[in-house]
Amino acid sequence: MLEIKVTDTVTINVDGELAQVPKGVNVIEAMRVVGKEKEIPHYCYHPKLSVVGNCRMCLVEVGNPMRDRQTGEAILEENGEPKIGWAPKPVIGCATNVSEGMHVRTNTPNLIDCRNGVTEFLLINHPLDCPICDQAGECRLQEFSAEHGRGYSRFKEEKNVKPKRTRLGPRVTLDDERCILCSRCVRFSQEVAKDDVLGFVDRGTYSTLTCYPGKELSNNYSLNTVDICPVGALTSTDFRFKMRVWFLKRTHSICTESSVGANTEIWSREGKIYRITPRRNDAVNDTWMTDSGRGLFKEFESEDRLTSYSVDQVAKSLDDAVVATRALLKAGSVGVIGSAHSSVEEQYLLQKIIKQTDATCEMVQHIGEGDGLLLSEDRTPNLRGAFINGLIKQLPERELGQLKASIEGGSIKTLLVFNQDLEQLGIDLGKLKESIQVIYFGNSKNTTSERAKVIFPSLSVFEKEGTFVNQNFILQKFKQAVLPPVGLMSECGVLKAILHELNNEAPETAMPFMDELWSEISENVEILKSVKWSAIPEEGFALEDASFASMNFVETQNLKYKPNLVSKTV
Amino acid sequence: MAKTKVLERKPLTFSEKTYIPQIASGLAATFVNMFKKSVTLEYPEVRPVIPENYRGVPTLVKDPKGRVKCVSCQLCEFVCPPKAIRIKPSEIVDEESDRAHIEKEPAAFDINMLRCIYCGLCQEVCPEEAIFLQDSFSLSGYTREEMVFGKEKLLKLGGTLPDNHFKWDKKKSAEENTEKDH
Repeated sequence: MLEIKVTDTVTINVDGELAQVPKGVNVIEAMRVVGKEKEIPHYCYHPKLSVVGNCRMCLVEVGNPMRDRQTGEAILEENGEPKIGWAPKPVIGCATNVSEGMHVRTNTPNLIDCRNGVTEFLLINHPLDCPICDQAGECRLQEFSAEHGRGYSRFKEEKNVKPKRTRLGPRVTLDDERCILCSRCVRFSQEVAKDDVLGFVDRGTYSTLTCYPGKELSNNYSLNTVDICPVGALTSTDFRFKMRVWFLKRTHSICTESSVGANTEIWSREGKIYRITPRRNDAVNDTWMTDSGRGLFKEFESEDRLTSYSVDQVAKSLDDAVVATRALLKAGSVGVIGSAHSSVEEQYLLQKIIKQTDATCEMVQHIGEGDGLLLSEDRTPNLRGAFINGLIKQLPERELGQLKASIEGGSIKTLLVFNQDLEQLGIDLGKLKESIQVIYFGNSKNTTSERAKVIFPSLSVFEKEGTFVNQNFILQKFKQAVLPPVGLMSECGVLKAILHELNNEAPETAMPFMDELWSEISENVEILKSVKWSAIPEEGFALEDASFASMNFVETQNLKYKPNLVSKTV
Repeated sequence: MAKTKVLERKPLTFSEKTYIPQIASGLAATFVNMFKKSVTLEYPEVRPVIPENYRGVPTLVKDPKGRVKCVSCQLCEFVCPPKAIRIKPSEIVDEESDRAHIEKEPAAFDINMLRCIYCGLCQEVCPEEAIFLQDSFSLSGYTREEMVFGKEKLLKLGGTLPDNHFKWDKKKSAEENTEKDH
């Protein structure tokens, strides 16, 4: 893997223009810095994988300043410029690192001829079945064939036929005819997923991508091979033949699977989500994400999703539900079970309600097994946000502590629950039915929602906007991809309505604007002091985490997280 | 403002005043046309001859072997200016079927004929030559739903057209030859 430290830069000459690029990067990356990435087509090179240089598409001409062999003196042209010794043939950009004074040509007729030749060879056995290929529209081979292909084939012989739908694993289907043998998937499995199951067998045009006998590509990162496949060879079994990519709208989002907070892209059309893919963020998830995180949107398509506000199990309007909530909250003795699935904004508004009603708040831990890569032990996206907002002071435990005793002892009259099933926490609502009233915020029906006094259906991360704070205290923004079920407001809107009702203020008719909410948050929350909603960059905003250095968060080492070893040993 | 020009009207001549030459020439035209071939068609009993390349109702066609040519690539849906076309793609899963090598077909193919503007872009863009604007030009219905033509109706309207390429047959025979080689 190529690690770039942008400390030193070198000056290179690209097509006659001088440019400053980081020292030690290869020519493709250097062109990305210069903004000429499009000039160098490539298939096998991937910024997060090792360089193999087997597609031969990224050919460039390079030359270095000449030096006298005896003296080591620079040889100069007549006009005093250093004389450039051009390499006699084009070289591949991915395996050529830049050096001081290097000259690079990216678009000479010779180069274009070479790339045309490479393209023609790649297309010899390619089935050209773009009309049925799922990669069409985001296929590198399609793009570069438009640029470098000749439009007709000189290959008169019969094309090689290979298996069209090999099952590589539970989620990946291989179409061997389309494979251009770039080996990105093989390298990914070796280097990133550390599950070396893929390889090429047979020779020449019969080369075929195969799994090791008796094994399959079943690791939790297998769908990344589909993402990095530059052609339509590796396809997602789930997304296969569902929708052409050019119909899909892309929305930037954050994966809620664990505290890693992988950056994602939601692909949707007319309110239906078709797939989720990772988005590059070198500080968070590189260019990868888990397979399990990609399927999370399906939970929200289930039948038992809550879709209307209700009081006493009767569907009511939001206003009625808010009025009923106010009565319950005003009665006092309020307990809150908060959630690390809520966004920073929701937690902030909840904290305001807690302060006003003098409630006690607790949270419970959601942990699972981590895999040391992009699935951390903490299975909530925003535990750090709860600390920043002051919802909790200590790390949550598996079970409720003091609050459970208070609930069972009868000193809590009203319980505000976020995304939790009380039965799983060992609280039997059947027994407590008379003494406690539950206000439930949640996605789907469960035993708690069946017995709740007031229900506020919550929206999925795809239906609202907000921010999460990930394991490394990076504040990350997610945007709304699809519309929520008819008539539902985001939790921020609901919590704000409750706050207004508590203070006897006129309710707002519009949804709260994030800009407005954030100007309030940045005033009141110390760590978020300098943050503005519109100024949170796409790649996230690193927050000051020194005050949490002594916390023993549950995460162990993973791709981008190093546990605080000092405090662990104490 | 533009200046109004007043034209002077000429007085009628003597022959114009009698009307006789005008009546005679009018009757002459009538009599000549009485013996010419009629240009009126008894529509709908008699239908006009539709010229080649006429852009009538878009239809889905089958190849001479009765196979639905559309592979639901959705390019027509993409290119359709009034967004009249909706396609639901599906996979041909039956391994035994002689179409299994084509892999993809439309599960549903709807053209909203109330939206269609008969531009012919769908025919132009189709990589499989599966959609054609043919000679049917008169269509009617009692409800809006009736005017959304489904896959079955489009195939019925389209019928079978000759296939010049046999692309998928060639593909299949190449597949079989390779199996023999190995």
